Amino acid sequence: MRTPDPQAAAAEAARDAYGRLVAWLARRTGDLAGAEDALADAFESALQSWPRDGVPDRPEAWLFQAARRRGIDAHRRRLVRDQAEATLELMMVDREEAPSEDHRLGLMGLCAHEAIDPGIRAPLMMQTILGLNAEQIGRAFGVAAATMGQRLGRAKRKIKEAKIPFEPELDRARLAVVCEAIYGAFGIASEAGLRDATQDALVLGRLAHRASGEDPETGGLLALMLHVDARRDARRLGGRYVPLDEQDTGRWRRDRIVEAESVLMAAARHRRPGRFQLEAAIQSAHAQRALSGRTDWDAITDLYERLLAHNDSAGARLGWIASLAESRSPSTALQALNAEPSEVTDTQPGWALRAHLAEALGQDPRPAAEKAIALSPDPAVQAHLSTRYFATR
Amino acid sequence: MKYAVIVYEIDDQFEARNDPARKDEYWKTWGAYSQFLGDRVSGGAALQGVETATTIRLRDGERKVQDGPFADTKERLGGFFLIEAADLDEAIRLANECPSAKTGSVEVRPVLPIG
Repeated sequence: MRTPDPQAAAAEAARDAYGRLVAWLARRTGDLAGAEDALADAFESALQSWPRDGVPDRPEAWLFQAARRRGIDAHRRRLVRDQAEATLELMMVDREEAPSEDHRLGLMGLCAHEAIDPGIRAPLMMQTILGLNAEQIGRAFGVAAATMGQRLGRAKRKIKEAKIPFEPELDRARLAVVCEAIYGAFGIASEAGLRDATQDALVLGRLAHRASGEDPETGGLLALMLHVDARRDARRLGGRYVPLDEQDTGRWRRDRIVEAESVLMAAARHRRPGRFQLEAAIQSAHAQRALSGRTDWDAITDLYERLLAHNDSAGARLGWIASLAESRSPSTALQALNAEPSEVTDTQPGWALRAHLAEALGQDPRPAAEKAIALSPDPAVQAHLSTRYFATR
Repeated sequence: MKYAVIVYEIDDQFEARNDPARKDEYWKTWGAYSQFLGDRVSGGAALQGVETATTIRLRDGERKVQDGPFADTKERLGGFFLIEAADLDEAIRLANECPSAKTGSVEVRPVLPIG
């Protein structure tokens, strides 16, 4: 899905079959690390040979048979001292057919279990479902491969040793946690301009949407990520940070926007609004500027108010207040900002918004801008704020 | 699957154990929790307060004995239950009902199988 060339498509097919088999084995054995081990060699040879020789007619059956053959070899070598439950399981399945059920959504639920550290949930999905290794995931998140490997290993050991159960069906609450994990990784990655990680999160989002039978909230998540991803090239211009309302809409990716809109519309037909659909709707309203040349701030304020009723967060509150400055007036927005607690206002976006409102009201924006700059982790954002508020005029 | 439900209590709860005005209520909640767990419990103990604890360390062959618990924190080990549960989800559900979850905390850990 990253690029349309046949080699990438073959690798994609290998990852798809791999994820299905890992999920199926992990469900049967409760041993996620064992499932990965049992399939590792077969997956490696699929990644090498499929782009060269073409994808086999039945990718999962190919991978399954290769893993079985190798599993038996490995088993002969290691004898029984090893508790490779997944390998034994693989050998005992007495049929030619590869497993047909898709338990990848259940595997996502397992990776996003409440007893797993929230920061490792999405990386764990990327490893077990997309077949990415610790080095690739570490690079995607800007973490050393060894550190990422240790954290992934620890999570998998916990799943096995503490016996975290594999639930093939996810209820809405657990599906929401899965969406949260995927979006969390996507958000961190796109803020930091980590291209691979955003694309991996997008692949996971598509998968969760398909596997959940197109649940409206997974649709909302997917549409939200597509909208944000559409603006990727417009957010940076020659290394310079460009805020949303100053972006050149000609640099937005139309195919992403079109897909986002169609996914969001299909989700909205369920008439079951939720946090991700509302966030996607806000991004959709911003995307309209590419067509009409203007932004409907009344609609955005209204959507933020509905979002806050579903999911109250500092980010949503600041988004709502920023929209008030446009749909009502900067002084209404400032009043609303002053009514917020420090957890909301004493943040980078909180100070940046205060500087913006001060400027709009003819006050000195620099004290607030100074704080926003000090709290910005991204040098490009720091440079943007410095230029905007401190350049000699 | 065997899990330890490890109970961490704050000072106020340790004091309640011997406070004539509160001890009946305190012990009643623990009795109720024990009953709730029923035959899932295979062992456990309530521990005396940390003022009775002695910590021993051996370093380079030298024994160092110290008055007090291993780590001086606000929440202190008050006792534990050994329980039987199907998986971590069930163990967490059982631990949810532990009285110290409301005041201190409860830790759930799988028991290391020996042999």
